[in-house]
Amino acid sequence: MKGMDTKSLGLAGLVLLVAAGLPLVSDAYLLSIGVTIAMYTCLATSWALFSGPTHYISLATAAFFGIGTYTTGIGIEHLPYWMLLPIAGVLGAVVAALVGVATLRLSGVYFVIFTLGLAELIRQIITWGQNVSGAKGIYVLTSITEEHIYWQLLGLAALVFLGGFLIWRSRLGFAVRILGDDEDVARHAGIHTARVKVLLFMIPGAVAAITGAMLAPRYVYVEPSIAFTPMLSFQVVIMALLGGTGRLWGPVVGVIPFTLLWEAISGTFPNQTTLLLGLSFLVIVYLLPRGFVGLIEGGRARMRAGGAMA
Amino acid sequence: MDIIFTGLLLGGTYALIALGLNLQYGMARIMNLANGETLVAGGFGAYWFWTGAQLSPLLTVFVVAPLAFAVNWLIYVVILRPLVKRAKSRGQLEVDTILTTFGLSFMAVGIMIALFGGDYFSYSYLATPVRFIGETYGLNRVVAFASAVLIGGALWLWLYRSKAGMAVRAIAVSPESARLVGINVPRISAMAFALGGAVTAAGGALVSTFLTLDASTGVMFTLKALIIVIMGGVGDIRGTVVAAVLLGILETFVATLIDPGLTLAAAYLLFVVILLVRPQGLFGRSQT
Amino acid sequence: MSAVLSLSGATKRFGGLVAVNQLEFEVAEHEVLGLIGPNGSGKSTTLNLISGALPLTAGTISLRGSRISGLPPQDIARRGVARTFQLVKLLPSMSVLENVMAGAVFGHRRRWGEEAEAQAMAMLEKVGLARRAHAPVGELTYIDTKRVELARTLAGEPKVLLLDEWLAGLNPTELEQGIALIAALRDEGRTIILVEHVMDAIRSLCDRCVVMSSGSKIAEGTTADVLQDKAVIEAYLGADEDA
Repeated sequence: MKGMDTKSLGLAGLVLLVAAGLPLVSDAYLLSIGVTIAMYTCLATSWALFSGPTHYISLATAAFFGIGTYTTGIGIEHLPYWMLLPIAGVLGAVVAALVGVATLRLSGVYFVIFTLGLAELIRQIITWGQNVSGAKGIYVLTSITEEHIYWQLLGLAALVFLGGFLIWRSRLGFAVRILGDDEDVARHAGIHTARVKVLLFMIPGAVAAITGAMLAPRYVYVEPSIAFTPMLSFQVVIMALLGGTGRLWGPVVGVIPFTLLWEAISGTFPNQTTLLLGLSFLVIVYLLPRGFVGLIEGGRARMRAGGAMA
Repeated sequence: MDIIFTGLLLGGTYALIALGLNLQYGMARIMNLANGETLVAGGFGAYWFWTGAQLSPLLTVFVVAPLAFAVNWLIYVVILRPLVKRAKSRGQLEVDTILTTFGLSFMAVGIMIALFGGDYFSYSYLATPVRFIGETYGLNRVVAFASAVLIGGALWLWLYRSKAGMAVRAIAVSPESARLVGINVPRISAMAFALGGAVTAAGGALVSTFLTLDASTGVMFTLKALIIVIMGGVGDIRGTVVAAVLLGILETFVATLIDPGLTLAAAYLLFVVILLVRPQGLFGRSQT
Repeated sequence: MSAVLSLSGATKRFGGLVAVNQLEFEVAEHEVLGLIGPNGSGKSTTLNLISGALPLTAGTISLRGSRISGLPPQDIARRGVARTFQLVKLLPSMSVLENVMAGAVFGHRRRWGEEAEAQAMAMLEKVGLARRAHAPVGELTYIDTKRVELARTLAGEPKVLLLDEWLAGLNPTELEQGIALIAALRDEGRTIILVEHVMDAIRSLCDRCVVMSSGSKIAEGTTADVLQDKAVIEAYLGADEDA
């Protein structure tokens, strides 16, 4: 392991430790924002692991998230909570693999469209199932507190970062960088591109499902329209792209300001959140094509160039 | 029998909406994910003229379509053309247009909510039953279908019998070659995009006579139109019509026999089958 | 003579157009085979068929007796067929060394970590680009981009190397360097199929040539013989008149 790597790992550990201390000093409102930020950090960072290098825009986050929420909702009656998280992860990964096999051979447009409708598809099926069986929503009653959820999410975020860090240095990570640059070259160099894409897509699938499973106790009452909100998918895309997908830490840089902005807007002008989403997309495309990461690194490069001249 | 006719009526209007999207994606090469909002706006127009001035939605089409044409033209020239120019590859343009038109879609929803509120809107127009081979159908559905056939037919004539239509089809096949034979590709692309918007808005005005819409239903129609376009083949008019009718019948079938809440799930199932079996579309020629 | 690569009845149709028609030839171990012919005669399409970029309409292609036609390009690459592209394709976000490592990590003989890096460096050494190893590929001159691509294909230790007009577009000095480079590969005993227009290169590099015209093989033999062949001369002159 190189010196740089050890340093960034150490820094990440320190940030994590400070973040873990939040519930000890904050009030309930701050903690709830902390939970939201931790949640989006997991979702956006894992999203960027796949969508960053491959340029396939996934809108399936809400679907995976909902699968996780329902895993806890249905399973909590029968199994201990700690077993539900890995089950949710496996379910999310399996669904991601199925979606990937069907669409990732094709162009990006097909993938976007398919993932866009996936949450709605699963929501309709669950709603139908409830109508047929006569059941309504599910109560998730546990002793899990907001602090617990926050720490769990933080732990998951740490895992995602560590995983991303390791993948980036693995053959899989190298393969996906190559195919992101030029799929033709990748194939002719001997990379099984479809397999690489499907494997990598399973990561955001699993992580989003586990995130959903962790958050289910917070909702107390789970029904399809809560578990599968399409807005979630779009927010994750915006946060990740706003931060920048070129670096592992990029999405977090987007998550924090956007969550705060979203909180502020939805508090004062609740009807204008869609307008905010729309504007954010345009800002990303026209002003920040590489996100804040691009801005920061561009600034650094300029400073270095300036320093060299002086 | 009942199902097939109701499905056919629904499919006819779907075809019109999907034709609009296909003009934009197949011809102008922009995947417009704000297409559904154009439809809802067209519906709003019809609603507004009907409740405000008792103007028939069939006449509203003549107001809404030119308006949508102008707005879509502006969107293409001001917002999308810079992206076409800066794109280094087809893939980059694809990602940029997807994000941009999603942005436009959300902004349109936000603006419509601000203007009209977030409630459902519907109105009663020609809601009288007609009898046909022993079954009854809403007159509004029949009229909407007939209008869709008329507009679609006019569009087909224009594409296949006029010089401008031929230019549009030429850029759909190959923008590079079209430029070589003297076609003004940027101009024709803008026109195809604007025309697509106009057709979709007209479809929206027609749909609003028998479906309940609200500011945020646009994305559902975008999805269905996309599924139809992909199923029928990008840039393929005949395929679009067949696929739309297929989807209309399938949806009616599922809604009648299983559950109305499963229509999108059914559309998706069809979509998956198409993706796995014939990703080039029903009538598309295979790449190999 | 044992055939490393053999084509039999290889045919490719695009709609009504027959781009490659019933093509038959073999490449022996350590042989440099020139695949030549006028523009549009189907040479590049043939390379695309061998590398799996395009599927065959009919016929078979075998590598050391086992069939590779019908496999996707990544499997063909893993079995030991590596290629360059007519229009150079590099990985724009990566350094020169990483570009070459792509071949070392995922090619026919797979390496990882320091071993892959060492292999990539050795290949860069071979093509004369070791000092630029850490440069971004955007800064390279045209011939250097071609060198990177060649190093990438070599890095996986392929059994057969397909060079698609690798010498095209070079200036006279570069051309000399380029020919010397391929000559060095030939002297190492590599098996190479060369699609090429540059006559000097064909004369000095190729042991044998297959000549194509309008999708069909019109001649095959030692380079000197083939270039004397009447049908070959006609095909080239005819093409010149058209152009």
